[in-house]
Amino acid sequence: MIVGFVAAGLLAVVAGVLVVTSRRIVHAALWLVVALGAVAGCFGALAAEFVALVQILVYVGAIVVLVLFALMLTKAPTNPLKDLTTKRSPFAASVAVVLALVLGAGVVLAFGNEKIEPVPAGAASDVGAAVFQTWVLPFEVLSVLLLAALIGAIVLSQRPGPSAEADTEAVAADKAADKAGDKAGDTARDKAGDKAEDRA
Amino acid sequence: MPLIVPLLLAVVLFCLGVYGVLARRNAITVLMSVELMLNAVNLNLVAFDAWRVDQLATGQTAAVFVITIAAAEIGLGLAIVLLLFRGHGHADTDRARDLVEAE
Repeated sequence: MIVGFVAAGLLAVVAGVLVVTSRRIVHAALWLVVALGAVAGCFGALAAEFVALVQILVYVGAIVVLVLFALMLTKAPTNPLKDLTTKRSPFAASVAVVLALVLGAGVVLAFGNEKIEPVPAGAASDVGAAVFQTWVLPFEVLSVLLLAALIGAIVLSQRPGPSAEADTEAVAADKAADKAGDKAGDTARDKAGDKAEDRA
Repeated sequence: MPLIVPLLLAVVLFCLGVYGVLARRNAITVLMSVELMLNAVNLNLVAFDAWRVDQLATGQTAAVFVITIAAAEIGLGLAIVLLLFRGHGHADTDRARDLVEAE
């Protein structure tokens, strides 16, 4: 079990390094598949089969495909790019290393002697019962959150369509007609006034 | 298995994500790094769930919830990136200094 976990973890780390350092964007997205799959393997080694399957289903099946579609839609080049990482990447690396040292030291100091007993408690029936009994209220709130994200994505990706343009055109035409009508009325009134003055 | 092994793996993955968010220039690669960080958090949740032998499956349920939130986040994030690309012609986080559409 620990052998499987360590193997999957090493694969995840190597793939993660390639995700954040690869000079080709599409390769980085494909290495993300490997990293997320390896993390799913880690979940499996921790006896959380349901989470591992959801990880593969949602991350590899949906999120990475979404990322690849976004790469295509933003015309991401497939050749290696020199400026994919910024000039301040040494600073970023030092921040990450310091954070890793701090977090790692804290984790080692706090949980250095603890052990995990291999208890298979991650089957779909266990997690399903927990979700629909204990955690049913957060689950329902999460559905509202997903709906909000759906509506937000639709609103963001909506172009100003032809109907909206037609509406604005109609409004502009109305305004123009109003102005024209005002001018016509003014000239008529002026003419009438002139005539009245002439008569007087 | 020692609890420290999954926790250290989570630390390494999280810091890789931090590096990616700080150093990457394309907005989509930044979002990919955020996914790495969320995976590290999930690994922590599942590891602590296995450590405590939780009858309520708290950690695994929270991990599934985090995966759902990650899906919502990447959907909205990519919509914003596409909007940025449509307005400015690039998805470069360094050059994107305003949210208005470039004329």
